[in-house]
Amino acid sequence: MWSGDYRFLLKNLMLKDFRIRYRNMSLGMFWSLLNPLVMLVVWNFVFTKIFTNPIHHFSLFILCGIVPFNFFTVGWLSGTSSLVDSAGLIKRVPIPREIVPIASVLSNCLHVVIQMALLLVFVLAGGLGVNIYWFFLPLIWALELVFVCGLALLFSALNVYVRDTRYFVESSNLVLFWLVPIFYPFSLVPQRFKELYQFNPIAALVLAMRDIVLDAKAPSNVLLIKLTLVSFLALGVGILGFRRLKPRFYDYL
Amino acid sequence: MKKDPKAITCENIWKTFRLHTGQRLLRQHLASWFGEEPSNQFHALKGVSFDVAKGEGLAVIGCNGSGKSTLLSVVVGLAQPDKGTVKVDGRIAALLELGSGFHPDLTGRENVYLNAALLGFNERQTKAMFEEIVDFSGVRDFIDEPLRTYSSGMMLRLAFSVAINVDPDVLIIDEVLGVGDADFQTKCHERIRGFRRAGKTFLCVSHNKGALMELCDRAVWLDHGEMMMCDRIENVFEAYEGRAALPKQRAE
Repeated sequence: MWSGDYRFLLKNLMLKDFRIRYRNMSLGMFWSLLNPLVMLVVWNFVFTKIFTNPIHHFSLFILCGIVPFNFFTVGWLSGTSSLVDSAGLIKRVPIPREIVPIASVLSNCLHVVIQMALLLVFVLAGGLGVNIYWFFLPLIWALELVFVCGLALLFSALNVYVRDTRYFVESSNLVLFWLVPIFYPFSLVPQRFKELYQFNPIAALVLAMRDIVLDAKAPSNVLLIKLTLVSFLALGVGILGFRRLKPRFYDYL
Repeated sequence: MKKDPKAITCENIWKTFRLHTGQRLLRQHLASWFGEEPSNQFHALKGVSFDVAKGEGLAVIGCNGSGKSTLLSVVVGLAQPDKGTVKVDGRIAALLELGSGFHPDLTGRENVYLNAALLGFNERQTKAMFEEIVDFSGVRDFIDEPLRTYSSGMMLRLAFSVAINVDPDVLIIDEVLGVGDADFQTKCHERIRGFRRAGKTFLCVSHNKGALMELCDRAVWLDHGEMMMCDRIENVFEAYEGRAALPKQRAE
């Protein structure tokens, strides 16, 4: 089979995804800043002018929610449609197929970096400052990446067989948006749901981000363990499911 | 490692596609999951067997829809046969469709890098052969323009130039010999002849008789997924061209 340079291939596929997304846009990369900024303005208006709330640093509070959630949504969705979008590649070039959804997820990482820079600006402007626990951020983001790669592998393979998968993912994202504490604090979640919330890797990531950025404390061990477990479980299921489904990709693309 | 004189061995290859009316319904999948035999099947390959010795050139001929491209996909390992075995000894490079890894919004240069990576080259190798690829393609003036501004001839030239630089043990080409103008075709044929002289194996699908007679020794004739004949290329072409006059005869 294919015996080439995985890293070079991954790099080129990521570059491709990234380039074609912005090549023809006048504002280019600026969109990845504009998008969260617009949401921030709207929510600030709704939740400080219409509904009042007692949350300090409300902009930062929301940013800690939408940056991870945006990455999750875009990664999961673009990963899911990646195989069908690259049907020409899958049917005609004998590359390892796993690399296509993974490259699609990874190509979103630059947005995270840009949006984290935006977060840093808000942190400094709000007078909060960077603390020692920021060292946890790479770890929890890596776990998030593992989780989304797992989802992308499984759902991209399913999407080849049943094209409705894409719409299922879109609807799920709408539902999840409300089930992740993006614009409400975790403390308002009823006690009996709290345990469950922490098993949702996106909610866990948001909670960990808030602990670190807003409260300057380390995320709890329980939270980190749950996040790690679910992320690697997702990756395992994704890899196994993909392996099981890939022999007949050719027939269905 | 034991020495095997065969580069490709295919035994009794069957490939079946399920016909569907555009809807890939969950119900269909569930039915087949529970072992229900689908009624609407299409047999693309019906028990095809052949082998290619190392250093040999084999042509696959037949009408449109006779299973030629499916056969190549099976040999390359892209499609999994329902029955039968395929054995390939050595590194394969397949050119099943020119520019299948190309993207219209990327520039010629970016596409060369992407395609080289898809074909299995690393960064160092790609950099080293980049100039040669561009020279061979003759589109240097437009190399930093997006591919969508290229004419189809220019695009095919660039795609072929990347692919021809692969140095595999087995080269598999599907219908892409008729690329570009006469000059460029001569250049491509020259490359493939050099490749054959170096003792490499060559498997090719084409409708271009002249090119095939020049580049291949033997031929396989497929008709509706069945192998009609596998012999010296002159004999196969003779039978193929006189097929209307002949009663249908089966291989084996």
